[in-house]
Amino acid sequence: MKNLQKLAAVLMAVMVVLCGALLLTHEVSAASEGKISGTVKYEGTPPHMRGIDMSKDPYCAKANASTSPHMENVVVGSGGGLENVVLYISEGLSGAALSQPATNVPVFDQKNCEYTPHVLAMDVGQTFKVTTSDQTAHNIHPNPNPMTGNIPWNQSQPPGAPPVEKSWKAPEMIEVKCNIHPWMHGWFAVVKGPYATTDANGNYTISNVPPGNYTVTAWQETLGTQTAKVTVSGAAPAKADFTFKGK
Amino acid sequence: MRITLHKSLLCTAAVVMVFPLASLAQQTKADFEARIGMESHIGHVTGHAKSAQYDYRRYCVGCHGDRGDGMGENFPWVDPKPRDFQLGIFKCRSTPTGTLPTDQDLSDTIGRGLDRSNMPPWNVFTDQQKADLVAWVKHFSPRFASEKPGTPIQIPAEPEVTADRIKAGREVFARVQCWKCHGVTGEANGPSASTLQDDLGRPIAAFNFTEGSRPKCGSSDQDLYRIFMTGLDGTPMPSFADNIKPDEAWDLVFYLRTLMSEPSKEKAIAKQLGLKPVDTNAPAQPSGQQ
Repeated sequence: MKNLQKLAAVLMAVMVVLCGALLLTHEVSAASEGKISGTVKYEGTPPHMRGIDMSKDPYCAKANASTSPHMENVVVGSGGGLENVVLYISEGLSGAALSQPATNVPVFDQKNCEYTPHVLAMDVGQTFKVTTSDQTAHNIHPNPNPMTGNIPWNQSQPPGAPPVEKSWKAPEMIEVKCNIHPWMHGWFAVVKGPYATTDANGNYTISNVPPGNYTVTAWQETLGTQTAKVTVSGAAPAKADFTFKGK
Repeated sequence: MRITLHKSLLCTAAVVMVFPLASLAQQTKADFEARIGMESHIGHVTGHAKSAQYDYRRYCVGCHGDRGDGMGENFPWVDPKPRDFQLGIFKCRSTPTGTLPTDQDLSDTIGRGLDRSNMPPWNVFTDQQKADLVAWVKHFSPRFASEKPGTPIQIPAEPEVTADRIKAGREVFARVQCWKCHGVTGEANGPSASTLQDDLGRPIAAFNFTEGSRPKCGSSDQDLYRIFMTGLDGTPMPSFADNIKPDEAWDLVFYLRTLMSEPSKEKAIAKQLGLKPVDTNAPAQPSGQQ
């Protein structure tokens, strides 16, 4: 019994240390150009993605007349590659690499009544843009937990509306919806530091990683997260492959 | 022995799971007490959170709950559900979407009540009581301790109602597609009306202009202007501030009046003009004929 209590205490201590490690780690320079790359695969039969009936908005139905729109919760490519997985460094990063948000402006477009891309990854504090290519009105309505410091907002984007430019204060996986078109569903994946999103073949490359030892986390909206340890040193990219198993 | 073993493991698991969440969701009594000095400033009245405890317990706690999380004992029976003050998200604001309301906004909501909900107009309170309650409401959310309210949107002086303005308002109604939810006649029967949900995933209805109800955030012309320019946070109603110019916004207010059942100058003009509901099959920029 005593041992168990000790175990409990040790587990707690480990948790505290791990949480602490997230916040306080050694300083590293962000100047170097290390990379982490790999492939994320799906093992098993991909789950059925429900089709979307867009008939309530004739514009949307017409825009998708030649395709069959479906949900995008799990998108598996022909070679088993898993698309829309966000990869980021969850441990080991600090200093300049964390304090300077990326300066490029990722774009989240509303096209044919769907979000392109379905998952938009970004750095904390990085400016991103929401645009509309559609001739029907959308409202762009992310729903973060305000207790994190990310505040929900809700803006209309009728046809021809100017882009909405925003940023987020804290790391969080934020669901995005359009109340006008209830099937529209996407994500703002807000992470701290360098990140990447897998392409249609499940491939990814995280750039601008200073040399060091890291934990890489792969996040998929319905399959959850996985982690891997990598060491970045010199020019050759560090490798981290992931496999998500079907349920 | 076996039971304590389980307990110990459970306890560990619980603590480990709750630890990262603790700062996000669970606010402790100490968190609230740290903010008990919260004040509000409305005109020249200063409200003190501490002074509102009696009124809150007597009038508000039944729905909004001890912790201000909207889980009072009446929670299961009322719809729309009581506001969760801890989130700091409010429908009726003079400030842009995604920002905190002003103290005046919160006081106005208490005084006005929310039509078609269980929140009555608390017009029996003195200004001091309302100011104290506003401070108390604010003390439930950590946001008010760390963020400033948004800057209220500017509302230009209301122009004269004219037939041209009403027709222009009808074009705005068509262009920004208010009808997607509110319907072309304002009867809340647009194509998206039946699937609307609030931020907590509960069904919510679009405002029906035609049945004589008061809009939840006020029924003056200025209130209507404010509602669509700030949006009602926590609901599907977005902000149109980026897409409707201030002058056009007045045109839209006048057009909305023509949809409402109450007699008005706008309604009389619309009748004279023989104004028809907008044509949803028209291209994105309607011609403005009528």
